[in-house]
Amino acid sequence: MSDILSMTAVEARAALDKKTISAVELATAYIAAAEETSSLNNYVAVTADHALSMAAQSDKRIAAGEAGILEGIPVGVKDLFCTAGVASTACSRILQGFIPPYESTVTANLWQAGGVMLGKLNCDEFAMGSGNETSAYGPAINPWQAGDGVDLVPGGSSGGSASAVAARAALMATGTDTGGSIRQPAAFCGIVGLKPTYGRCSRWGIVAFASSLDQAGPFSRTVADNALMMQAMASHDPKDSTSADEPMPDLSAALDAGVKGMRVGVPREYVMDGMDPDVVALWQTGQAWLRDAGAELVDISLPHTKYALPAYYIIAPAEASSNLARYDGVRYGLRVEADSLDDMYGETRAAGFGEEVQRRIMIGTYVLSAGYYDAYYLKAQRVRRLIKDDFDTAFQSVDAILTPATPTAAFPVGRTVDDPVTNYLNDVFTVPANLAGLPGISVPAGLNADGLPLGLQVLGRPFDEATLYSVGRVIEDAAGFSATPTRRAGGTS
Amino acid sequence: MSVDKTTVAKIARLARINVPEERQEQLASELNGILDWIAELDQVDTDNVEPLASVTGHGLPQRDDAVTDGNRVDEVLANVPETASGFFVVPKVVE
Amino acid sequence: MSDLVEGRTGQWEVVIGLEVHAQVSSNAKLFSGASTDFGAEPNANVSLVDAAMPGMLPVINRECVRQAVRTGLGLHAEINLVSVFDRKNYFYADLPQGYQISQFKQPIVGEGTLRLDMPDGSVREIGIERLHLEQDAGKSMHDQHPSKSYIDLNRTGVALMEIVSKPDMRSAAEAAAYLKKLRSILRYLGTCDGNMEEGSMRADVNVSVRRPGEEFGTRTETKNLNSMRFIQQAIDYEVARQIEIIEDGGQIDQETRLFDTGAGTTRAMRSKEDAHDYRYFPDPDLLPLVIPQDEVDELKAALPELPDAIRDRLTNDYGLSAYDAAVITEERETAAFYEEASTGRDRKLVANWMTVELFGALNKSGQTLADCNISPVALGGLVGLIEDGTISGKIAKDVFAHMFESGKDAATVVEEKGLKQVSDSGAIEAMIDEVIAGNADKVAEYRGGKDKLFGFFVGQVMKASKGQANPGMVNQMLRAKLDG
Ligand SMILES: [Mg+2]
Ligand SMILES: [Zn+2]
Repeated sequence: MSDILSMTAVEARAALDKKTISAVELATAYIAAAEETSSLNNYVAVTADHALSMAAQSDKRIAAGEAGILEGIPVGVKDLFCTAGVASTACSRILQGFIPPYESTVTANLWQAGGVMLGKLNCDEFAMGSGNETSAYGPAINPWQAGDGVDLVPGGSSGGSASAVAARAALMATGTDTGGSIRQPAAFCGIVGLKPTYGRCSRWGIVAFASSLDQAGPFSRTVADNALMMQAMASHDPKDSTSADEPMPDLSAALDAGVKGMRVGVPREYVMDGMDPDVVALWQTGQAWLRDAGAELVDISLPHTKYALPAYYIIAPAEASSNLARYDGVRYGLRVEADSLDDMYGETRAAGFGEEVQRRIMIGTYVLSAGYYDAYYLKAQRVRRLIKDDFDTAFQSVDAILTPATPTAAFPVGRTVDDPVTNYLNDVFTVPANLAGLPGISVPAGLNADGLPLGLQVLGRPFDEATLYSVGRVIEDAAGFSATPTRRAGGTS
Repeated sequence: MSVDKTTVAKIARLARINVPEERQEQLASELNGILDWIAELDQVDTDNVEPLASVTGHGLPQRDDAVTDGNRVDEVLANVPETASGFFVVPKVVE
Repeated sequence: MSDLVEGRTGQWEVVIGLEVHAQVSSNAKLFSGASTDFGAEPNANVSLVDAAMPGMLPVINRECVRQAVRTGLGLHAEINLVSVFDRKNYFYADLPQGYQISQFKQPIVGEGTLRLDMPDGSVREIGIERLHLEQDAGKSMHDQHPSKSYIDLNRTGVALMEIVSKPDMRSAAEAAAYLKKLRSILRYLGTCDGNMEEGSMRADVNVSVRRPGEEFGTRTETKNLNSMRFIQQAIDYEVARQIEIIEDGGQIDQETRLFDTGAGTTRAMRSKEDAHDYRYFPDPDLLPLVIPQDEVDELKAALPELPDAIRDRLTNDYGLSAYDAAVITEERETAAFYEEASTGRDRKLVANWMTVELFGALNKSGQTLADCNISPVALGGLVGLIEDGTISGKIAKDVFAHMFESGKDAATVVEEKGLKQVSDSGAIEAMIDEVIAGNADKVAEYRGGKDKLFGFFVGQVMKASKGQANPGMVNQMLRAKLDG
């Protein structure tokens, strides 16, 4: 079975079309893989029956010559996506038992394209976290380990998604990225993750964290697979007022376009204290790869970079404090009974939300409250404009921007920090793209001294995901990243 | 701008999260840590900078005035913790 | 006419501002495709958006936007080509999202005015502060269960226009006149049906009192009044209460109050919502609403003639009294009925027939103009028969009654009932001669100087003609015979 799990999605598609494997076989292999790696806690539910019946349908369509672009490909779904008839909880106690009667637009698009749903994947509660440690289901574990064998986080918030794809327990998976929640876990798990341009993928049916920043995107093991999944996920959705009516180019064509003549910016501000020296070295290596492939590397400045994270930690909690007001014990999810309505609210939300979520709701409530709105929220929005302006200026002279994806490799599960801000710093390189609405891709590019994967991030102009795939493919080829995590399905350990 | 226990209690009340008295001190110190760090923004000169609420370039799309939804009481009530005769039920509200 | 109120210690001036919530006439809700129909089964007109299910998103209804613009134009107000939807955050059982989508800093409509024609013929301009679009909340029912409230979300998300006046009104009567006029304009525009019993229009009433010429006093806001009568009662009660408190040396608390419909009193809300902190911020699920000037121009060009303009036409061009003009223009349907009925007829006579006979009959039968038997053309026809002398005014009342009953036109009724006025001088002369011959004693008395008996002879002749003799001719010929 290990053979079938090592196929990329592109290879699996070809094999399905040639009928050397069937979709049911593929689904069966992945269900078993999910079982085998269950100690990683990356699934919150494996929907085996669903998967097998969808796969059977796929086999019929393949036989009838009606295969979609993802026909028969097993996909894991972050638990932030509402899936019809399947519990969808955002990994929060407050949504325990919630079974939506509707399917998110993104997952509906995937099933429309022939994707097969394997199950729901672990994530940080309401996508708030950088290590998948705030989940009500407990932490998901990174299949990679350093020599000491200590459990590492897969990153977050889409940690279960990254862990499952890296562990070969899913061929691809959905994620959402509000401040780096796709790109950071992709880097921590040695896989490819893309955050599309804001508006590219519909937010309809995805549990909202911060509406002006949230964006769904694909996880995969290769750049080509990622482009394939992205092609299926994205759509203009009239049900989402912020969805963009921008034509999506043929992304597969971008894969082999190369970077010859492309101008790639290297922002001098993407450095910070406590950065892993291996990350800095890899960044330089990445520049060399692109130069060798014919790109022109350009030194650029994004002067407001260091203010992106504090601005984000005003805007995202502010929006979240309002988005999460609907979880009140009245219409769905957890309710803690009390004599008065206000106490029912207060007790339900105290019991239903974990610590980090409560902390962010409190911060968000505070920065919007009377007397603080201008000083915090409006100030952050002004800084947000400056950050966007920085990128607009940069993209007048470059076609893409190359940065590290994260300041360090994955950290141990349960690492104790007394200051929540320390955890927030994981997102320092990814957050600016969310504030500016730009697409970004994280591509595995090497290992650090401890043998843990590191990623490089490429940022692009709005709606220019194609360029990200061109650059990403060059990095992928140059890096020749072939290392595999120890705790993968069908692995030796 | 420092958050004290009283402020924590006030915010908790606004957010309808019952925070036990003994946790308020700790929460105040965590919030202060975050707020102190956020205060870095004061270094940025934002005079004459328009706040940016959304990066989306297009205007607000508008839909036609057609009834396309409703009559799905079963779905609306499918996940409800307490219901009676088609209503949602909550502890009695005194206005 | 002074609106000052006499207190124990002197006179007080009343200051009133109204925030009217008017339900936008539309098929579907402001941000969801659920129906706005009244009276459906609990939670039937609810979409997953209205129930604030996770991941559901709002998409705005174009018609609601256009209705708000039309209303703004009808109030001579500034239309803001860019407006913004904000979230007003608070927790309540009938507010599923935990916030109401409203407009705070940048409403769709800015300042405007509304004209009040007062009964004494004077005109008052009441300032409009703003109009914004927002979602209605659901309905909580507190009487179904001893310890529970029941929630129905059918109204949740229905589009409302909140129309905020300036504090320009000085009496309960003026506030009622304002609301009546606003309702009339909305109904002319077709932007709100004005049905107060069904809650299509509700008013929050801000009341304060002050000594004439002084600064505004502290105001109270009495919420959610859904009838003209309640509004007047609430204002009267608040005015008396506030004056008494101040005259006793107390102070008015700025607070939200509820009206007790049974007692006609107001009381402070028990749940004194912890220091209203709504944490407004732009709704990140929506984008700024941009309306092209072209669209505004197009909507403006298509507006119907509004009551002020019609009223001016009726008094200036048709010579109607201010009262008749006011009554006729209050409803668009009435004005249209009048316009059609009076075309080519004596305008004043038609106005008179409408306001007295027709409205009287409608009142009595409980019918409305729309479902009554008499068409505008038929009423015009009746007046036409009076004008050309076919029937007398008195007979016309009979004819009208038959028309109202049967729906037949005036000519048919006259024909069938043989009510045609007798204007044949020979026939009238014969009847006069007969009356004179049969009342020789009275004739002698009359000729002896008892002038008052003339009316008796007229009555006898009319009686002989069964009321159908042309009264003018009877008068003239009778006088000639008796005095001759
Ligand atoms: Mg009000
Ligand atoms: Zn309102």
